[in-house]
Amino acid sequence: MNKEMDLKAVVAQLRDGMTIGFGGWGPRRKPMALVREILRSDLKDLTLVAYGGPEIGMLCASGKVKKLIYGFVSLDAMPIEPYFRKAREAGAVEVSELDEGLLLLGLQAAGHKLPFAATRVGLGSDVMKYNPDFKTVKSPYGDGEVLLAMPAIKLDVALIHVSRADRLGNTQTDGPDPFFDGLFARAADKVFVTTEVLVDRIDAEYSDKAKSQLFERCFVSGVVKAPLGAHPTASHDAYGWDMAHLKDYAASATEEGGWQRYFDQYVKGDEASYAASVGGEAKIRALPLPIF
Amino acid sequence: MTTAKEFTLAELIIAAGAQAWASDGEVLATGIGPLPRLAAGLAKLTCAPGIMMTDGEAYLVEEPIPLGPRGDYRPKLSGWMPYSRVFDNVWSGRRHAMVTPVQVDRYGQGNISALGGEFQKPKVAMLGVRGFPGNSICHKNSMFLPNHSKRTFVEGEVDVVASVGYNAKNWPEGTKPADVKLGVVITDLCVFDFNGPDHAAQVLSLHPGVTFEQVQDATGFPLLRAAGMATTAAPTEEQLAIIAKLDPHNVRATVLKGNPSGVRAA
Repeated sequence: MNKEMDLKAVVAQLRDGMTIGFGGWGPRRKPMALVREILRSDLKDLTLVAYGGPEIGMLCASGKVKKLIYGFVSLDAMPIEPYFRKAREAGAVEVSELDEGLLLLGLQAAGHKLPFAATRVGLGSDVMKYNPDFKTVKSPYGDGEVLLAMPAIKLDVALIHVSRADRLGNTQTDGPDPFFDGLFARAADKVFVTTEVLVDRIDAEYSDKAKSQLFERCFVSGVVKAPLGAHPTASHDAYGWDMAHLKDYAASATEEGGWQRYFDQYVKGDEASYAASVGGEAKIRALPLPIF
Repeated sequence: MTTAKEFTLAELIIAAGAQAWASDGEVLATGIGPLPRLAAGLAKLTCAPGIMMTDGEAYLVEEPIPLGPRGDYRPKLSGWMPYSRVFDNVWSGRRHAMVTPVQVDRYGQGNISALGGEFQKPKVAMLGVRGFPGNSICHKNSMFLPNHSKRTFVEGEVDVVASVGYNAKNWPEGTKPADVKLGVVITDLCVFDFNGPDHAAQVLSLHPGVTFEQVQDATGFPLLRAAGMATTAAPTEEQLAIIAKLDPHNVRATVLKGNPSGVRAA
């Protein structure tokens, strides 16, 4: 069993109109090497699901998005992702704006093969109004409470960046917070991971870190060795986010033809030329993780 | 407990904000933004020692973390609080957050999602509802609004109901807003809450030098005078010393335009 693939082979498995979920959280641990490969492709009409960061903005900027399902789309220091904002204000994409916890519950329901999750979250808010397909359900027990039935959010594919992986599809993820990578993995028909480090057998080399596995290998369809593949987002504990680069990216959103400029300057070539264009490996590895 | 002679409006707000957690016991206190975060830190070190706090990322701490670059300070961690646990905590109700909506209405509803236009094509896209719907239905929330005006305290309803309130028409049949727990609303002019008759907004205290009429003129909905409406208590020297320690880079001076004095000139 060898699940190793390259970026192009993963993108070749994606289809127009698919629903794609992204691991990570804001500008943290986003599978950006795969996002850039999608940007280089002619894929379109995608539905994206995320606790979003620049992956959402970039795919919106390139016109590949039909619909967004999100808890937020943020670059942290820049609270609203610039191209997400542009797409929203232009009405360029359909949106399902969710409470962050509803996104969690929808993914969890999908992973558990349930039609919905019962919750109070969303009741009394405009989440109900702007997701008109959401329905309520009455508790069958004595309390009779009326709850929101948060529908399962099924993903065709989840794309997730990890710290280490092996060719069997075992993964490990460093950092203080697992975020919801495990829920994205379980909600998807197929999961493709990009990894900072790829080994033959993770049990042979990183046995002491088994607790940092967030989802089992049965969910993993493909593993791509993509060191620095989360740049410009943070990849714990290898490197922090590149706020200078993200500011340049954000600035492009205010320029005429700015996205094309960004694409030509950084994305157009391949991952080797990308790393060189943003200052090279040593510079990326020296990016500090943020302090709050 | 010596009342300070000189203090900024930001420091007055932090001291008043700390009181929001005073009767909470052991809850997760989350102050979003510099002044609410400093208020939670001050509460932890004075009136609410039981509250739990995070390092702003994924761990619990028993000592509030100072704002900004820390030099040699290393947080001592007492527990783990990744986002999955934050949601577990939120849904358990054992939390009290202080947040800053862009709009608030007479029903106590708050908006951080979008302004104007259609929801699918808003005039101004903001943060999205983020965690507001779940937070506001599950646990207590107080608010800090730095600019008390009719633009923030709107005449009608907020453009997007992100945090829930007491407007019955927004609650599906069979559900009710009775359990919504709103704490205090602290602004640059006053402290108020929604505990008047039928959840009407009532002013608890006016900041020094501010009149009730001034506050009403800056509010898009009617305000009541709470029984015993007072002047917001000035911080003590002890509180100011703690605030200075929690905010060594004086971030608090950058929050309110011009960093005005806590006592408004008549």
